[in-house]
Amino acid sequence: MRTERTFFEKVWNSHAIADLGDQTSLLQIDRLFLHELSGSAALKSLEDEGRRVASPDQVFSVIDHAISVRPGRGPEDSERVGGIEAIRTSRTLSKALNLTFFDVGDPRQGIVHVISPELGVALPGLTLVCGDSHTCTVGGIGALAWGIGSTEAKHVLATQTLPQRRPDTMRIRFEGSIPLGVYPKDLILHLIGTIGANGGIGYAVEFAGSAIRSMPIEGRLTICNMAIEFSAKYGFVPPDDVTYAYLAGREFAPSGADWDRALAYWRMLATDDGADFDKEVVIDCTEIRPQVTWGTSPQQVAAIDGRVPDPSAIEDSGMRELTENALRYIGLAPGTPLEGIPLQAAYIGSCTNARLSDLREAAAVLQGRKVPEGFPAYCTPGSGQVKAQAEAEGIDRIFRDAGFEWQESGCAYCGGGGADRLAGKRVISTTNRNFEGRQGPKTATHLASPATVAASALSGCIADPRKLLVH
Amino acid sequence: MESFTSITGTAVPFMRINIDTDQITPGPEILRGRADGYRSSLFARWRYLDMDKRTPDPDFILNREPWKHAAILLADRNFGCGSSRESAPQALRAFGFRSVIAPSFGGIFFSNSFRNGLLPVELPIEDVRHLADQVEASGGKARLTVDLEAQKVTGPDRETYVFRAPSVLREMLLAGVDEIDLTLSRAAEIAAFRNQDQAERPWAYRPRRAGQAH
Repeated sequence: MRTERTFFEKVWNSHAIADLGDQTSLLQIDRLFLHELSGSAALKSLEDEGRRVASPDQVFSVIDHAISVRPGRGPEDSERVGGIEAIRTSRTLSKALNLTFFDVGDPRQGIVHVISPELGVALPGLTLVCGDSHTCTVGGIGALAWGIGSTEAKHVLATQTLPQRRPDTMRIRFEGSIPLGVYPKDLILHLIGTIGANGGIGYAVEFAGSAIRSMPIEGRLTICNMAIEFSAKYGFVPPDDVTYAYLAGREFAPSGADWDRALAYWRMLATDDGADFDKEVVIDCTEIRPQVTWGTSPQQVAAIDGRVPDPSAIEDSGMRELTENALRYIGLAPGTPLEGIPLQAAYIGSCTNARLSDLREAAAVLQGRKVPEGFPAYCTPGSGQVKAQAEAEGIDRIFRDAGFEWQESGCAYCGGGGADRLAGKRVISTTNRNFEGRQGPKTATHLASPATVAASALSGCIADPRKLLVH
Repeated sequence: MESFTSITGTAVPFMRINIDTDQITPGPEILRGRADGYRSSLFARWRYLDMDKRTPDPDFILNREPWKHAAILLADRNFGCGSSRESAPQALRAFGFRSVIAPSFGGIFFSNSFRNGLLPVELPIEDVRHLADQVEASGGKARLTVDLEAQKVTGPDRETYVFRAPSVLREMLLAGVDEIDLTLSRAAEIAAFRNQDQAERPWAYRPRRAGQAH
């Protein structure tokens, strides 16, 4: 009998309360995180049905999606239709139901997937869910985390469990050293370009390989963040010493004797040598160059020295139409070189790339330089703590001196709130989605790493960060 | 959970790849329009020439006869990828759709659909294309039957296509039962599991804030 098991099998099996048949288990959920966009609906619906919260200690709540990120915002400022009501509902019910709540103005407030590892709410081996597809981000800390709908969130509130169908497993190994000027964002964009936006359907994805093992936690969070962009609901990096060093002393992480017990438990979670995966993919990192998307799906991506493809050369009729539709929306002609495409705005923020390492990476490019006069450039630190730390290091000064607006933390410029400022513009962005209308009506979004966004902002057109980095 | 057993109706050929939930219900619609079940939010960026003024685009297929009365939507690969927003299946349902047939679905959308009375059906791309060609050729007169009980789709040419829905979700959708009540009927089993698990992983149950006494 095979005894080698994967991280996923270990975590899944240890959370299975009951077998419901057809590969479906009723799972114990260790953490539910709510935000006001989807969480308010779950809380309201629970209240309307007169149900009680099964385990308030395991539920966390934050205001991040609808709240304005403009400097000097108030506690209910929102540029979203219905935003104020959602903020109020979330705030009132989170307090009334005795949830751990991070309000606007709380120094711990921030984008849910940035603060959950930052505060030690997300921990290795925990099941963590949130009404947000990018919940897979915190797989980077070694949690089994996935996005759910509002009805599922209500189910978790009422039962602290969730029925889930067991996915197949995939291991993606990033091997080899990462070249200068290439970052975790480039790795994940390159992967999505390779396996497609539907490449992960039905899989729980373990990221492995030498490049992942030597990558700091923040990079792993970026990699896992975009697992959903190839339609894998779950993406994760099993915990290791890098993980434990990151978590030690975090506010909600175990401490004292609990820490020692937890650590001993976490050390048993790694995938055993020889364990089987349903699918395996190997990526050679040494060949990866900075990546930029040219279309309206993250799979529509190329290396910075590449060109916009020609749809007429595509055989599959569905794929050809996909490409034609994308080029029509994005407003680019086949064969256009990516480098040099003129831009009308730049954005650094989101649950993908708004952590301290991302801001440092961009600041290294921006230092002592300026964006063109009148070029709109925005930076939204991912959390209050990221913002405070960046200010302590003088990073905010580098951004401001370069001509960036330095904002409050939140999701607004990625999730559609406050998008009027990006409406109709061609934007280079560290976000995760270049979907039609994602960053505003008729906004054309080019996804890239913070360094590429910084280099492009300085040039006013898509630019290669490697040319600005000191060797 | 709204029940679903079998439906027969018009199917609209909307054979695009990667129709993401941002297109099904755009961001600004999420907190608007819950009153009509997001009916007017469905495909709002594609459906209206001006999304705010709600001026219909006459060229958009769902604004045209007979497709505007369709109960079944036919799409290409990876339908409902992207955001977890539950407004997406809700809007499809409110517009009148009971089923989406596609080769593959975004996972979160797939489970959200069942919980909102919308049945996602996976069929091979060749079969979906064949069905789309038939309804296209008939100008929308040809009707499809989607039967969850028998787990089969019947095309206009009487040909049948077998699909498989996850059995737990299928049974819940057939019966239209409340999932929370169903889970709470296992309260004793859940409590027993949690008691034992809590002894092994106390930190999972008692997230302490720094400075709090243990």
